[in-house]
Amino acid sequence: MKPAPFTYHRAETLTQAADMAASLENARLLSGGQSLMPMMNLRYVAVDHLIDLNPVAELAGVSVDGPRITIGGMTRQRAVLEHDGLAERCPIIQEALSFVGHVQTRNRGTVGGSLAHLDPAAELPGMAALLDAEITITSKDGTRTVAMADYPLGYMTPDINEGEILSAVAFDPWPQGHGWDFREFAQRHGDFAMAGVGSLILLNGAGKIARAAVVLIGVDDGPVRLTEAEDMLCGETPSEDLFRAAGALAAGRPMASDALVTEAYRQHLAGVLVRRSLANAYSRAAKEMSHA
Amino acid sequence: MPDGLSKRTVSVTVNGQDMTAEVEDRYSLADFLRHALGLTGTHLGCEHGVCGACTVLVDGEAVRGCLMLAVQAEGCAVTTIEGLANGDGSLSPLQQAFMDNHGLQCGFCTPGILTTLTAYLRDHPNADEPALREALSGNICRCTGYDTIVRAALAAAETLREGAKA
Amino acid sequence: MSSTAFVGQRVKRLEDPDLLTGRGQFLDDLKLPGLLEAAFVRSPFAHATFTEVDAAEARAMPGVHAVLTAKDLPPEMQGKRILLQVPHPEITYSVTQEPLASEEVCFVGEAVAVVIADSRHLAEDAAERVIVDWEPLAAAGHCETALKPGAPVVHSCMTDNIAGRLNLAFGDVDAAFRNAAHVIKERYEPHRGTGHPMECRGVAAVYDLTGDAFRIWSSTQTPHNTQRALVDMFGLSEDNVRVITPDVGGGFGPKNQVYPEELVIPAVARLLGRPVKWAEDRREHFLTTTQERDQVWDVSAAVDKDGKFLGVKGTLTHDAGAYLPWGIIMPYISATTLPGPYKLPAYKMAVTVAFTNLVPTTPLRGAGRPQAVFAMERLMDAVAKELNLDPAEVRRRNFIQASDMPYDMGLTYRDGAPVMYDTGDYPEAQAQALAKAGYDDFPARQKAALAEGRHIGIGIGNYVEGTGLGPFEGATVRILTNGRVAIYTGAAAAGQAHRTTLAQICADEMGVNVTDIDVVGGDTGVMPRGAGTYASRITVNAGSSVRQASAELRGKALALAAAKFDVKPEDVELTYGAVRIKGEQGDSISFEELAKMTSGMPGYALPKGVKPDLETSGYFTPPQATYSNGSHVAEVEVDAETGQITILKYTVVHDCGTVINPMLVDGQVQGGVAHGIGNAVLERMVFDEDANPLTTTFADYLMPTAEIVPDCDIVHMESPTPLNPLGAKGAGEGGTIPAPAAIVAAVENALMPFGLRITDCPITPQRIVELIRDAEQQNS
Repeated sequence: MKPAPFTYHRAETLTQAADMAASLENARLLSGGQSLMPMMNLRYVAVDHLIDLNPVAELAGVSVDGPRITIGGMTRQRAVLEHDGLAERCPIIQEALSFVGHVQTRNRGTVGGSLAHLDPAAELPGMAALLDAEITITSKDGTRTVAMADYPLGYMTPDINEGEILSAVAFDPWPQGHGWDFREFAQRHGDFAMAGVGSLILLNGAGKIARAAVVLIGVDDGPVRLTEAEDMLCGETPSEDLFRAAGALAAGRPMASDALVTEAYRQHLAGVLVRRSLANAYSRAAKEMSHA
Repeated sequence: MPDGLSKRTVSVTVNGQDMTAEVEDRYSLADFLRHALGLTGTHLGCEHGVCGACTVLVDGEAVRGCLMLAVQAEGCAVTTIEGLANGDGSLSPLQQAFMDNHGLQCGFCTPGILTTLTAYLRDHPNADEPALREALSGNICRCTGYDTIVRAALAAAETLREGAKA
Repeated sequence: MSSTAFVGQRVKRLEDPDLLTGRGQFLDDLKLPGLLEAAFVRSPFAHATFTEVDAAEARAMPGVHAVLTAKDLPPEMQGKRILLQVPHPEITYSVTQEPLASEEVCFVGEAVAVVIADSRHLAEDAAERVIVDWEPLAAAGHCETALKPGAPVVHSCMTDNIAGRLNLAFGDVDAAFRNAAHVIKERYEPHRGTGHPMECRGVAAVYDLTGDAFRIWSSTQTPHNTQRALVDMFGLSEDNVRVITPDVGGGFGPKNQVYPEELVIPAVARLLGRPVKWAEDRREHFLTTTQERDQVWDVSAAVDKDGKFLGVKGTLTHDAGAYLPWGIIMPYISATTLPGPYKLPAYKMAVTVAFTNLVPTTPLRGAGRPQAVFAMERLMDAVAKELNLDPAEVRRRNFIQASDMPYDMGLTYRDGAPVMYDTGDYPEAQAQALAKAGYDDFPARQKAALAEGRHIGIGIGNYVEGTGLGPFEGATVRILTNGRVAIYTGAAAAGQAHRTTLAQICADEMGVNVTDIDVVGGDTGVMPRGAGTYASRITVNAGSSVRQASAELRGKALALAAAKFDVKPEDVELTYGAVRIKGEQGDSISFEELAKMTSGMPGYALPKGVKPDLETSGYFTPPQATYSNGSHVAEVEVDAETGQITILKYTVVHDCGTVINPMLVDGQVQGGVAHGIGNAVLERMVFDEDANPLTTTFADYLMPTAEIVPDCDIVHMESPTPLNPLGAKGAGEGGTIPAPAAIVAAVENALMPFGLRITDCPITPQRIVELIRDAEQQNS
């Protein structure tokens, strides 16, 4: 299990990387390598050129100052997991990241790599979808942004063209006092989820749901925002029945099946997880409110 | 495929020693250590990033040696199982704890487990059993059933804490 | 002096210092000058024929030294297949693999060509360029469908897929079922998994023209079988083929056969005149290393009104895979294991062994027993449910009692001897396990948990395991001229700490410290005959050989020293590394001096009747298998909504006779249970309808991790066997054997409110949710 031959290119700056990406034929960008390298070792992927983004310091870092949070594409998953400022302003990211792989893979794996790889079960694209993030994409010709909602084009196919580099992801965190929950189902910790859900709830002064967001991962080509459920939740008084109804909405949508997991089981899991996740997000929101 | 095989010279500091060798671009760090530098203590168990046997420390952090290219380690400090013993060659507290608690059987996964725990116990000297089990969840051992590994890690943590106090 | 200073102690392992510092030498660590590496071209189809293998482009690639197909192998290999390991008269078609397939492949991964290059990377590059004109054929993907009329045949030369049939029976089964108060009919389906030692297989070979001799290193459990197969294939003398096992990174059964690569690599090394190595990668391991456990049991139990078993009858369909390297021994073991620790007056099992287009099945930790124990223990639970009795009570009513030993079950075991349980106290083992597990309080705990909406359950698994199988294993013990003691044995270790165990046994006889003993094992060059490390047999066989040889050597050392001091042998004694005259300030002679003296020192004449050298050899041949036993109790929690299973507590009572090193036995049991947990809830090799494997990475095939496996509570009972001088029985597989039965029973028990039955394993969360849905639909 050795990769097919390729030529390695070390990019020191984003400009250099963009130049390489524009000029090299049949090239792939290498970020953390925790998904790409296994596929290359298995020879599922063979490229002529590998452009290493790891030395590009300007692509790494988390910025939490100001209303918007920005995470550089080459920020390690571990750095995000251990970022106190981020945990304070957007705790769900930390909760979701604890499900991503293992100590060793989080030490290398990056936020941008995960978003660009776009595995259907990946937690970080799910977070980007949940938080209505914007993806920044850089190329030799400049920079463009794309809304996460429009970013997945199909199974493991993001809206990134040849020669383009995912340079950052940015989003507005929810206001202080919101409730959050991320959970997923796999037989072992760190495995690809058969289904996962992230949810955010903001309560109004009357204790009703002012704002809700729910995302499913692992059930379709990309993350799925449950807008119908979100609409149903808004304005309502939180209750077990309400969350159960949201779960039923989730379970009712078509989902992927594969050799190991049936569509029916995914739907069932989605229903259970959505209900549980909303209940916990709500209880956290209520707790936050009582502290306030 | 590119014309010919792209190769380059890679220089790393392994277990405190500067080492240089020429390798193909496509060589993993694990293959480089094993075959170019002759440090065969690092083992390859799956080459797809799941089993953890190839874990080494790069600049002090545990990484999968099969998922990082040798060329990416240029200029880095790498620690392998060969570099874990005390300066005088005696077993380190972690190694000794593995011997005392029967934390290994065939010993094939052991290099990755020792390197993982070396970094983890440094960062989490007070780690409890659930935390250690999670930290070890990226290392597969087929022989031991893990219990003795966890006991060894807890024992080593205690020894290291006492050493830090002294 | 043969008191026990070391035997029975938690002696730390002699193996550890090297393994903990990276100085282990595993197969892929070997540094041989001029070494070339191999990669194989393998079938992408489960069943296909081919006529042309076009290797022209591959041969022309830089760094490639050779590409060989079946036709290119040396003449003595043409038309030959690997030596059948265990022949049996009921085998219909004794087919093993060819070194390289010549015209037909019968499972995905079967090799058709080998590429030899400067590096594995280059060999893989070239292997991709070899073009084969595949003609895919229909494939049989499961043992039961393979037996249906009109099913695709696994081997084109056959008209059906029956590899063999076995009928095992004793007692009057018809009468048992006529007289039964209750008849329970069940169908059980354990599934395929595999061993997955963390080190994959591998072989390296050097051919020496002077002497026409091979030196072969293989990551195997059985160097002597590899040697036998090579001798058979090449028509050489055994002197010309030396097989050595380096450090072996786990075995668990699948490294206990001879594989095509072990024949092809030596052949290529000879052809090219260069050392050649092949290190299997994990994908090859998933495709080509043997697996086990797909069976279908259709069984009925006849019981009286009190739940006492009157008889069991049924059919067992066993999945052999595409070839029969181990013949049909595994279903034989399954069928003879089923009665277990219970008195069964009548038994009749009709076994059909089916070929499938899947990688062959051979013994895997437990070797047919986990399935049999699953069937019998699940039957016990089914009877308990039918009669509304406690599952533990049903077992109690059926146990063979300690006073019944030795107990003749009425069957013949695979070694040809009767299945005759030697020692053990099965009711006591269960009683201790239940006590330790808090079984009596469990109903209260379960009720309390249920009130909180938590589903917890408890399950029992009892087993009896034939271990320590012959024919023999040998050892030579020698006092070296440097004063150390050396043990040479054919037994190959793969993590079990043979060095430590054998040194403990020897140390007690020889009056030295274990650290003064060198153990050289797994090398046909140091021990001409050996069987292999399987069937939990090494401590019994090699250990007993070491005990006997050491005792003899001790006598020899005493006799020599007595002659030297001109006293009677009873007047001398062994002290630490020396022999001295008893009493105070007596003369003494060190092992070193004694060894030098007897190694042919000029001027020294050996006493009359004493053979040269301070060395003795012996082969221990056990009269029959010795039967280990145990009781496991699993406590689990099941999330009835997601199906997630958590193992909360696991209790083991384990009886392997005399325990040589409790630390090592604990390790074997805990590790074995982990493997059993995998079999119970995680590990399944999934194939599609065309027999293509779908779980070929560790991301799809789930191995137990540190967060899954609990700390087992292990209790040792010791019922020494009279069948060997140590009183020891095998310990390597007992942890695995009853685990699926106990865990699945616990899961079923946890889900009692739903009234469902679980009859297959591994049991997955998805399956649990399906079963709950089915049960709810039935009830509504």
